[in-house]
Amino acid sequence: MTLWLMAGLLFTPLAWAVLTLLTDFAWGRVVTWGGIVVQVLVSLGLWLAVSRDGGFYYGLGGWEAPLGIELRVDGLAVTFVLLTAVVASACGFHAGVYIDPDKPWHRYFWPLFWFLWSGLNAVWLGGDLFNLYVGLELISLSAVGLVALGGKAAALRASLRYLLAALLGSLAYLLGVALIYGQFGTLSIAGVVFWLEDHPVPAGSGLALALMVTGLALKTALFPLHRWLPPAHGIAQSPVSALLSALVVKASFYIAARLWLELGEPLGNLAAAQLVGLLGSAAVVWGSWLALRQSALKQVVAYSSVAQIGYLFLLFPLTYSVSESVSQQAQQGITLQVISHALAKAAMFLAAGNLILSTGSNRVDALTGVSRFLPFSLFSFGLAGVSLMSLPPSGGFAAKWLLLQASLGSGQWWWVLVLLTGGLLSAAYVFRIYRASFLENSETDEFYHPSRSLEVIPMVLALMAIGLGMVSEEVLSVMALPFEEEGSP
Amino acid sequence: MTAPLLYALAGAILCGIGLFGLLWLSHLLRKLVAFNIMGSGVFLVLVGLPQHQGGQDPVPQALVLTGIVVAIAATALAVVLIRRYYHLSGLTSLTGEPASREGAPE
Amino acid sequence: MIRTLKTLAMVAACVSFSGILALSIWTIAGQPAPVNLPQLLSENMARSGVEHPVTAVLLNFRSYDTLLEIGVLVIAGIAGISMAKTASLEDPELRTSDSLLYGLQRWFVPLMLMLAGYLLWAGAHRPGGAFQAGAVLAATGVLMRLGGVPMDFLRPGLLLRLGLVLGFTVFLLVAVASVIGGDAFLAYPPELTKPLILIIESVLTLSIAMVLLALFVSAPVNDAEDPEEGSS
Repeated sequence: MTLWLMAGLLFTPLAWAVLTLLTDFAWGRVVTWGGIVVQVLVSLGLWLAVSRDGGFYYGLGGWEAPLGIELRVDGLAVTFVLLTAVVASACGFHAGVYIDPDKPWHRYFWPLFWFLWSGLNAVWLGGDLFNLYVGLELISLSAVGLVALGGKAAALRASLRYLLAALLGSLAYLLGVALIYGQFGTLSIAGVVFWLEDHPVPAGSGLALALMVTGLALKTALFPLHRWLPPAHGIAQSPVSALLSALVVKASFYIAARLWLELGEPLGNLAAAQLVGLLGSAAVVWGSWLALRQSALKQVVAYSSVAQIGYLFLLFPLTYSVSESVSQQAQQGITLQVISHALAKAAMFLAAGNLILSTGSNRVDALTGVSRFLPFSLFSFGLAGVSLMSLPPSGGFAAKWLLLQASLGSGQWWWVLVLLTGGLLSAAYVFRIYRASFLENSETDEFYHPSRSLEVIPMVLALMAIGLGMVSEEVLSVMALPFEEEGSP
Repeated sequence: MTAPLLYALAGAILCGIGLFGLLWLSHLLRKLVAFNIMGSGVFLVLVGLPQHQGGQDPVPQALVLTGIVVAIAATALAVVLIRRYYHLSGLTSLTGEPASREGAPE
Repeated sequence: MIRTLKTLAMVAACVSFSGILALSIWTIAGQPAPVNLPQLLSENMARSGVEHPVTAVLLNFRSYDTLLEIGVLVIAGIAGISMAKTASLEDPELRTSDSLLYGLQRWFVPLMLMLAGYLLWAGAHRPGGAFQAGAVLAATGVLMRLGGVPMDFLRPGLLLRLGLVLGFTVFLLVAVASVIGGDAFLAYPPELTKPLILIIESVLTLSIAMVLLALFVSAPVNDAEDPEEGSS
């Protein structure tokens, strides 16, 4: 059964990319609905299978690592596969209504969307360093293609900047991979970890980890390497922005986190861990501050992503040379942060898209009076904001609560200040949008009403982000499942 | 000092040159060429380092072939984007008169 | 003055980057690698279905990499043709009326086609294979286009899109067919390995050439406008 599920998971997005390329936009939409159903069912099935039987290694082509490529199917990976299925299908449904089907170049939206999805799955499951590189490039190029779709000068400018940053990040990562292969003779992460367990750390291996993490940090837009992100996420069509902010930046972070958790202890050092944490904190403060000062609605949301990404990098100091229980808490907190931010930010971008559709402008001031006309989308935006501000009972709160405990448990109290400041600043930028929308202005009374289905989708995502706080125990229990060691190298 | 090790060290130098170009030059095509130089450097390290002691190793050779295809795809896409960007805005760099400045009202 | 200082700082940073990297390479080169992958590879060569080890790695042991890599190429192709907004991709200005090129072309095109075929065939036992053959094929196409040979299949219609994904589709179908037989994704049945690899290589050659050619041709030159959302 798991064999079929795995094949379905790998095959569907690639096959649907081909199918939708051969149709026009309207037909592609219908075909995509079918694909979404298949993909959600397969992801759910795999999640259930893993939560019942535990994780396993899946050798592609029947070859085991280190000769072949092995996928690591564990609780964390299937949780992210399921998260991707939820967020991507929401964006897919939204895009089907939101995007203008009459523009001939929009037919290329669906194939790029499906390629992006397949790249994400490849990264969540990847256990081979080089295969992860190919997966990352699959994601980057399709994301750049989606941003550039339409081909206006400003969009091209943003996507070129994005492309160059992504390529530089990939090269740095690949250089690290080259050093690892030269040193250990294998590309399988599990193989390297297995060898390091009972051998001393060989000289000269720290640079490889540093290069890989730096490259991935650039692709995740960690401060001060974040400058490519706001233009790209701000200028893309709203469903694309939602995909990019919710999932794409998480993919490179996920690899960096996996590498750090597996190899950080032997190859890393304390100063590097604290430095990454410090940069993350700077991102939280600076990103939130800039979000507060933006005049374009989507730029506010994009800078908020820069800030929320900052929290993720607290993983590095909170898991380096601390006790097992603190490290576990930090990992769980970061996982919840990834999931809740993905849901909340997708909801926020989709709701922002509806607001823009309604007012016909991307400016925050243009929202004046919109609260009387579009309360539903505005409410979704606010609910998502609650999770970003990390108020209880949202998923954002559960995440920061765990991080708080981990900071205090490891005696690194200074990260608590970051968590508090970040929460206050995010409250400020969410309320700023609210304030603008509740102002009354007699001049503008003409608002376009987007269709009901456009408004329901962000609401569902926002409610999930809030509800995550209440089911966090169940979500985390799958992540911590014992890993079946059969088939490991 | 074997020939593969020499390749790997030359790769390190190419990486430095490419990095400089990517960060410092502003013309988009030059940036792209710099990316390719850095890419070649990475490939040289990838193919040279493991063959220094182990002799012939087909795995990194295959990896480099895959890497080259990915680099070509990225380069070709970048050229198409650059050409259209130039056609629409008349600019050859991202630092010139911006269409929508970061953080500024649009 | 400030710019000179900045340049110097940047040069120093890049030189030290190269230096640290070279030092690390030197250190690593002094130690033996714990896993001997080439040996493991040669032990399994008999089961791979081809004689050339690089081709075996590309299309059997690490075929998932190759599948995704072709995906990346197709993405670039799609994103490239999505930029082209005219109904026809013909650009008369790009054509040359150079008579030398015309003359060369009559000799070169058949020769290059033959070379592409040879590279594809050689991939089984010596350096060569789908990508090299595809690149030569694409170069032939570029030469023909510069010489003004009409190539209708490059218009952004169904035929072009079919050509872009043909190789990818065949590869994907082979990959999933093994699952229906109860095996892992991408596992070839042992008795069919060689013909399957040959089929995949041939269609990949066509698709790779098609993607590269489409990217060359689709570099756009017209003024299509799409209002950015919320800019009106």
